[in-house]
Order: sequence, then C-alpha cells, then structure tokens
Amino acid sequence: MALTREQIENIAHLARLELQPTEVPVYQTSLSAILDFVGELDRADTASVAPMAHPLPGLSQRLRPDVITEKDHHELYQENAPQVAAALYLVPKVIE
Amino acid sequence: MSDAVHKKTLAQLVAGLRAKEFSSVELTRLFIERIEASQPKLNAFISITKEQAMAAAEAADRDLAAARGGALTGVPIAHKDLFCTAGVRTTCGSRMLDNFVSPYDATVVAKLKAAGVVSLGKTNMDEFAMGSSNETSYFGPVRNPWNPELVPGGSSGGSAAAVAARLTPLATATDTGGSIRQPAALCGVTGLKPTYGRVSRYGMVAFASSLDQGGTITATAEDAALVMREMAGFDPNDSTSVDQPVPDYVASLGTPLTGLKIGLLKEFFDKGLDPENERRIREALAIYEKLGAQLREVSLPNLPLSVPAYYVVAPAECSSNLARFDGVRFGHRCKDPRDLMDLYKRSRGEGFGAEVKRRIMTGTYVLSAGYYDAYYLKAQKVRQLITADFSRAFGEVDVLMGPTTPTAAFAIGAKTSDPITMYLNDIYTIGANLAGLPAMSIPCGFAQGLPVGLQIVGPHFSEAKLLNVAHVYQRETDWHTRVPERYS
Repeated sequence: MALTREQIENIAHLARLELQPTEVPVYQTSLSAILDFVGELDRADTASVAPMAHPLPGLSQRLRPDVITEKDHHELYQENAPQVAAALYLVPKVIE
Repeated sequence: MSDAVHKKTLAQLVAGLRAKEFSSVELTRLFIERIEASQPKLNAFISITKEQAMAAAEAADRDLAAARGGALTGVPIAHKDLFCTAGVRTTCGSRMLDNFVSPYDATVVAKLKAAGVVSLGKTNMDEFAMGSSNETSYFGPVRNPWNPELVPGGSSGGSAAAVAARLTPLATATDTGGSIRQPAALCGVTGLKPTYGRVSRYGMVAFASSLDQGGTITATAEDAALVMREMAGFDPNDSTSVDQPVPDYVASLGTPLTGLKIGLLKEFFDKGLDPENERRIREALAIYEKLGAQLREVSLPNLPLSVPAYYVVAPAECSSNLARFDGVRFGHRCKDPRDLMDLYKRSRGEGFGAEVKRRIMTGTYVLSAGYYDAYYLKAQKVRQLITADFSRAFGEVDVLMGPTTPTAAFAIGAKTSDPITMYLNDIYTIGANLAGLPAMSIPCGFAQGLPVGLQIVGPHFSEAKLLNVAHVYQRETDWHTRVPERYS
C-alpha cells in the first residue's frame, strides 16, 4: 500500500508533528512498507475471535473510589514547565 | 578490597557488605570509577549521579554498621532512564525530556530505595524505548562491551552493556517487545521480563501501556530473584498492577528439574535462526535433558503473526501515550511559537527523533477514522489467537524454550536504513509481550565470539519457576560469569 505525500502530511497534522520537507518522502516509503508488513494480519481468520481487552485473562481495568487523593503540588510540577505566570501555564493567545 | 570485587554477583556483594569485607562507599566509588572510565567507549549512561551516590553509600554504611536497612542495603544499581527519579533528570533518551526532572520516584525506584540500593545513575536507551539497537537515543548509541563496533541491543542497551561490563551489578530495565531480553542476549547477561502487572508501571514513562513491563538485568538468575523479591508487588497507583502475593523467589532456587517438561518452540527454530546460534541453544537444551528435564516440540501456529500484530498495537498505544508531550506543561518547547498549533507541531517535531515520529504516525494512521477495524481491532483479535496458542502449549509443558534472538549482535548502522529489518530483531521476544507472559534470557555460550541468549517463557506469574530453571542451569555452566576482556 503506497501512501501519498498528502496522506503523510495529513497524518503528521493529526499527530501534531511538523515535518521538514525532506522528511516527508522518507516517511512515505517507510510507513507504506510498515502497512504492507502489518497487512499480513489479514491471513488470520478472526471471524469468531473477540479482540483482546486485557493481557491477563479474566482481568479488566481496576477502578478506584472517586475521591481526592492528591495534594496540591502545582509549584513543584510547574518547575518543569516552559512558561508559567500566576500558577498558570502560558501558551500563545488562543482567542482573538 | 580485592581486585575482582566488580565481578562478584549481587548475592556475593550483599554477603560481603554484611561481613564487612568492603563498605558501600568503597563499592560505590569502584563502580563510579568504572562507569566514568567506560563512558567514552560505551556511552552506557546518560546521567552519572556521583554525589548523590556517595551520600547514599555513606548512609548505607551507617545502616549496615547498626545492622539496620533492607535486603539490598549498600548495593549499587543503575536505573534505565525511563524510570522517574525525584531530583535526577529522566530523559527517556529523548531531546523532548532533555531537561525533565521528575517531581517523584517511580514505584520501582522507591521500592528498591527502601530495600537499600545506592543509585549510580541513569542508563542510556533507545528514545522512548523504541528501538532494538540503542541507536535511536538522542544521547548517542551505546556500544557493545564485547565489541565496540557492534550494537548492545535495545531498548535497554545501556542497562545490558553496563551489567555486561560490570559497571554495576544490577540495572533496571523495561520490556515492551523484547527490550530487556534482546539486549541481555546480545550482551551476555541475565534479563527478566516479569508477567504484565507483576511490577508497577507507575513512574515508568509510558510507551505501549498494554505491553510495557519493568524488570531486571543482572549477571545471574539468583541476583534477579533477590531484586524481584523487592520490586514486585501490587501498587494502587498503577491501574494494571495485579494484587497477588509476591512469592519468595530466592527460597525456591535450587529445586531439582527432574520431570520438568520443556517445550521447544517450533516456530523459533526457523530459517532466520543463525546456525551457530542454533547449535548453542541445542547444547543448552541437552544440558537441561541431563538435569532431568524432558524435551518436546510444540507449535504455536499464530506466533509468526506476532511482529505484525505488535507493529499495530504498540504504535497505536504510543501515539496515544506520547500525545501528552505538547510543549505546554513539561518537556521541550520550540522557540517563538506563532500560535498554539505551531507550538504543538514544532515542539513535537523538534523534540522527537525519527523513529519515535515514525511510530507516532503509524499509530495515528491505524487509529484514524475508517482504519481502526482493519488494523487495531484486527491486531487485538490476532493477539487473542497468539495468547490462546500459548495457553494450549502450557497445558502440555511447564516452560517454553528457544533462542532470544535470530543472530548475535550486529554492526552499528547495519539495520538503521530499513525499519522492518530492525523490527524483525524482536521476532522471538514479542509473543511473550502480546500474551503478557514472563520470560527470561540467559547466556548460553558464544557464536563467533559473541554472546548467545537462551529464552525461557512461562505461564502468567511463573517467575519463581523461570528463575529456578535459569538458576539450576547456571549452576551447571559458567557462561554467565564471562566478562569481556577489557572489563574483566
């Protein structure tokens, strides 16, 4: 399956990745090859098979009671933030 | 302190510390010096935390003097750089997290700290654990201690190389598709990937959440048992952690193998397996027969589909997990973003390397509207078939054995141009991840002077059995004691 340049650009947009113009043909080739490769899955007859929901049989995601367990750590956490003011994360203006 | 202290096993180091043959400060200094000397050649570490290590070693010595502390007090360790370590940067081998300092410890890190270990630093790895050669690291490739022109395997290449060169007696590692077992095989050390849910994933930077599992790289199976006893167990902070008692992995070591039924994975002895590697595996199996085990061939007909199933499921989960890196709350942010979209796209485009971007885009594609059923749902169904194959096999045999990798270590740069050639390195390891099974790789000899790994796979929560099966073999052989000449 050969992906077009436009398809790669669309996937990159959906994934919020800026690609350099030189990267596009590289991913065109390798993603097309990967899709061909995983296309082998079509060989398996899965008509009566339920998709796996958890790697351990009989188990599912555990839920916890809906109570607040975290303390407020925002000062500590925001030490890693690129730009903060008044305890808020800053981004370029979103609303004109 | 004798010259050969660095070649002692973890178990011997624990005993030596208790018997005051050496102090934790002496051990820590010795291993830090070995790391620093090796760095220009091997590049096994991203961060070396000398000051913190020396302070922790002094505290450990005080505990030892007062007969306090835990099972591993004073023993040096290195953590794969995707385990969050409070106050020490956690990069995941990526420019994206180049300056990230975690505000908390991963559960594995906290548990081992409570057991008394002294952390020497953070080991190099493929970026976000995506790779099989440690060549995708932003911090440069790791080199194989047996031959610096070759890869150490990946993604836990730094952890495997560090233990192989005896830069640390113990390293943590993670395995999503073979990232503990494959580098352990290529570097000639013992790697254990536990059952999915056995070891907490809290504080492990997520790659593919239904596959990721933390484990160990050590010289011996006995050492792995000592560490697993401390790091396994239920963690309410990980919703996939399983609430089951942790057996005493050390106590069951040495159980005779008489009557053990070993299944030889027919699909693993295929045309891709290097003939000399196959001979080493067959020799190891003959030793097991001598130890009283019975061999029989078993077939898992859907196993050949494990690599394609993995390269749908893992990229899909990766694209979702790595969406959190948006340049807003932590991680790399591009300079002078024009608007929010530009901030997202350039921060991610600059922060991620080529292979990570490839996986994110593959995952985005297979999850996108109109393709979900054809790829993701199909792969999860095939995963069910593969898991059923394993269950059937474990109705007949106690453990499965085969090679860990098709070949010994390959040259740096040899497989970087074609992603699928690289992906096929994990052809023998991925099945255990898809089915959530525990698996090990142990050294079983050399092919053209390079280590070969024997893989042992067991049913869910059979770590105690796997460790014993490995340990009994290691009492009969000395492959696990071999150290590359330059580092011996």
